[in-house]
Amino acid sequence: MNTLVAQRKRNTLGTIGRNWVLVFLVLEFGYFAILTRGFASLNIVQMILFYGTEAFLLATAELFVIITGGIDLSVGYVLGFATVISSKLMVVFASRGLSPLGAIVTSILITLCVGLIPGFVNGVLVAKLRVPPFIATFSMLGVCQGVSELLMQGIPAKNLPPLAGTIGNGHFLYIVPGSGISFMQRPDVARGVRVIEIIPNAVVFALVFIAIFAFILTKTRFGQHIYAIGGNIDAASRAGIDVKKHIIGVYMISSFFASLAGIIYVMKYITGKADAGAASLLDAIAAVVIGGASMFGGSGTVWRTILGCLVIATLETGLRMRGTPTFDKYILVGVILIFTVVIERFFPDFKR
Amino acid sequence: MPRPQMPHDTPTPFVQTRTGKLLGRHWALFFLLGMMAIFAFTGPGFFEVVNFQNIIHLATISILLAVAETFVIITGGIDLSVGFVMGLSSTLAARIMVTLGSTGMGEPMLIVLGTLAGLLVAFIPGFISGTLVARFKVPPFIATLGMWGICNGITLHLCDGFLPIAGLPSVLPRLGNGYLFYIHKGQSFTLFKKPDYIPDERVRELIRLVPFSFILIAAVVLVFWYILHKSKFGQHTYAIGGNIDAAIRAGIDVDRHLVKIYMLSAFLAGLAGVFNVFQTGIGNYTTFSSMYELFAVAAVVIGGASLLGGKGRIVGSMVGVLVLAVLKNGLAISGVQPFVRYIAVGVLLTLAVIIDQLFPDLF
Amino acid sequence: MGYIIETRGITKRFGGLTAVDNVSMGVNAGEVVAILGDNGAGKSTLIKMISGVHKPDEGAILLDGKPMKLESPMDALANGIETIYQDLALAENLNVSSNIFLGREKTKRSLGMFNVLDHEYMQQESRSVLDRLEIEIPSLKNTIRTLSGGQRQAVAISRSIYWQAKVLIMDEPTAALGIAEQKKVLDLVKSLKTQGIGIIIISHQMYDVFEVADRIIVMRRGQNVATRLVSETTPDEIVGLIVGSETVKR
Repeated sequence: MNTLVAQRKRNTLGTIGRNWVLVFLVLEFGYFAILTRGFASLNIVQMILFYGTEAFLLATAELFVIITGGIDLSVGYVLGFATVISSKLMVVFASRGLSPLGAIVTSILITLCVGLIPGFVNGVLVAKLRVPPFIATFSMLGVCQGVSELLMQGIPAKNLPPLAGTIGNGHFLYIVPGSGISFMQRPDVARGVRVIEIIPNAVVFALVFIAIFAFILTKTRFGQHIYAIGGNIDAASRAGIDVKKHIIGVYMISSFFASLAGIIYVMKYITGKADAGAASLLDAIAAVVIGGASMFGGSGTVWRTILGCLVIATLETGLRMRGTPTFDKYILVGVILIFTVVIERFFPDFKR
Repeated sequence: MPRPQMPHDTPTPFVQTRTGKLLGRHWALFFLLGMMAIFAFTGPGFFEVVNFQNIIHLATISILLAVAETFVIITGGIDLSVGFVMGLSSTLAARIMVTLGSTGMGEPMLIVLGTLAGLLVAFIPGFISGTLVARFKVPPFIATLGMWGICNGITLHLCDGFLPIAGLPSVLPRLGNGYLFYIHKGQSFTLFKKPDYIPDERVRELIRLVPFSFILIAAVVLVFWYILHKSKFGQHTYAIGGNIDAAIRAGIDVDRHLVKIYMLSAFLAGLAGVFNVFQTGIGNYTTFSSMYELFAVAAVVIGGASLLGGKGRIVGSMVGVLVLAVLKNGLAISGVQPFVRYIAVGVLLTLAVIIDQLFPDLF
Repeated sequence: MGYIIETRGITKRFGGLTAVDNVSMGVNAGEVVAILGDNGAGKSTLIKMISGVHKPDEGAILLDGKPMKLESPMDALANGIETIYQDLALAENLNVSSNIFLGREKTKRSLGMFNVLDHEYMQQESRSVLDRLEIEIPSLKNTIRTLSGGQRQAVAISRSIYWQAKVLIMDEPTAALGIAEQKKVLDLVKSLKTQGIGIIIISHQMYDVFEVADRIIVMRRGQNVATRLVSETTPDEIVGLIVGSETVKR
């Protein structure tokens, strides 16, 4: 009887331990909510999500690669590459007389296809030519940076269809209290009438893709094989898994997500530049590691990676709201990152 | 990730020949020479002593960081923090000089204290990274990525956001960019200082030889070459990278050694930071897009090291730095767009590793 | 009754070295054949040819009396030749049933359009194969990392059995195990025998060999130097054959 109680106690502790990031996130949010007025509000939560969108996508990109035991240093500049391509295309198509929506959709589709190329090359280099992922993707970083700068020639794209910004900064749902709701479109109301905006479009767009790939990762053979490759590459290939094909696929998924992030960047800020994602690499990797993935491969989930992103995004927004220098973020992310790994050394039960 | 076995019954013939082996082992050097030969034709003023001096002078920081990275990579680790440790040392040294300067302290004293502070502070992140890697078994990638963030944050605090620290003694850049010999053709010859009768605007009329940075580079390369290739410490470094279990069983205190390696790496990054103050005359934070650490790793890999550890040489890393530096300089002088350099570096780096894979038994 | 698997005069050369030299051997269904030999005698190369890793330079490999071409380990698996390597080839980060089904996962239709993993089915099937072999593993949801060496070996064996192995090749199955676990694995081999599987074991442990094998093939310098029925030989004789001092006898 006593042992049962003890065991249940241990189980509860274990559950908390395994989900300490969630606990940490709640505490973190609570901390800022107490210290900063108006932090615990729908708007702030949406703001955290809105500004974190690219980070969610980049971290998901990185997660797939890290599960196979690799690393993708190029995601930040693939993002930049995608911003340059899609913004240029939008301008070109719009000036050729395509409707704004047509120009935007066509550009997005083309960018997503072109965005697969860096990933394909990375994958071939890693899988077929046995170039270490670190080197292959760093090379790709340079190539993407160079190509984007060449395309840009120092001038960010101008005259994008305004519709891009409307969509990118719009919300999924608008509620005008007492008079009605509308989807996707901001209702025409008189100045001063309160409109409740719910869920930014960018977030919806990102979450749809993240959810699809989370499904692939956990529910399909492809996902299962990726974990197997990260766990024991020899076992995977002896079990008949085409390891090379999977690795190429994973790097393509990674650059696909980076391109998505680039497209969202363009729609949000209505501009594109080569180094748009330069500072995001640390955050992406940190989010994955804080989310419990091992750099040696074989573990990590989308859900926990998003938690890792939220820890960072909340920190950033919280610090900004408090008026403390945002570069404190770098210190704290560094500390949390190291803390994550150390905590799992000391409490192996906390391993997720 | 264990390397898949190379099939032994399918040799690559050229690779096995004498020329093939020579080319394979020293391909980076041959590439460097070939590149220089091409730039000699395409770039006016490329093949001149002054330009070569410039290339090396401007590569000082890269060389110091590459030496640092060489040691870490040989142990099978990686140090992603070097670029930001450099920024930390640079800004701290500058901040101390500015702060003490306002108390009216003499310039020589200022410079000595600032330099010392910049050098010593670097040991802290190095010690922490090393301890995390060695005692807490944190993967080097994560430990140093963490220090990357921490150092960057502290650096930005030191320079109040994104403002380089200015107002330093004006003698600094003169020291950092000074030369050993100044020759005014047919007129005069001085050591250490330009002749007084030549004003600053006309300094280009002088032939200036051997920048002070050469002395720093030569000293660092010599000392660390000796440590890596001639001392017990270096031998142990290779042993740890080759087979860490064997090293432990052979009685090497691996934990201590690794801490020392990361401290050494951070110290060199600190030295680079302080030199940066002398070179530019201001305290610089490190920008995200500079990617010093990644270029240092790239140079070391081009120089023949393996990220799996156990392989790498100081001279090789120097060649690696020079390949990147000459590429940058030569393309610029030949009038190629600077962005092409990024692409060239990327292609080159991948090529380095693919060539490396073709010669599996050589290194 | 013919051999279930047979080699006829197979030879493998690596450059100037002849690793396996004109070896003919065979295994009957329900028989355990042990291949013994000193290091470098060619045992590993021989089984790697049978499992499709190396292609023989000469000779033929026959399954059920029919010659077959093995271009890759996949071909061998498709023909029911399963190999359990010393390192077991398990993904330690995945659970028991995922490993048993690794590479051949069962999927089901979900929402009429997606093929999703059918964990329930895989768990059930894994449980039934483990039960059939009387292997005790508390939870199939535990990752391999949490299992003991013997349990891992058992999972690796179950995987082969589940996929209808006709021939099972085991490389040093007891090398890394404690005494109690060694015995369990040997019992498992015996029970596989009763299910009509042809088993080839490579081992250095003379005790194991005499415990489970029916026949012993001794290799030296790439050649098959002797075949003995376990019931008609002694460990001393086998040791003599391995080191080469007793070839003159008999």
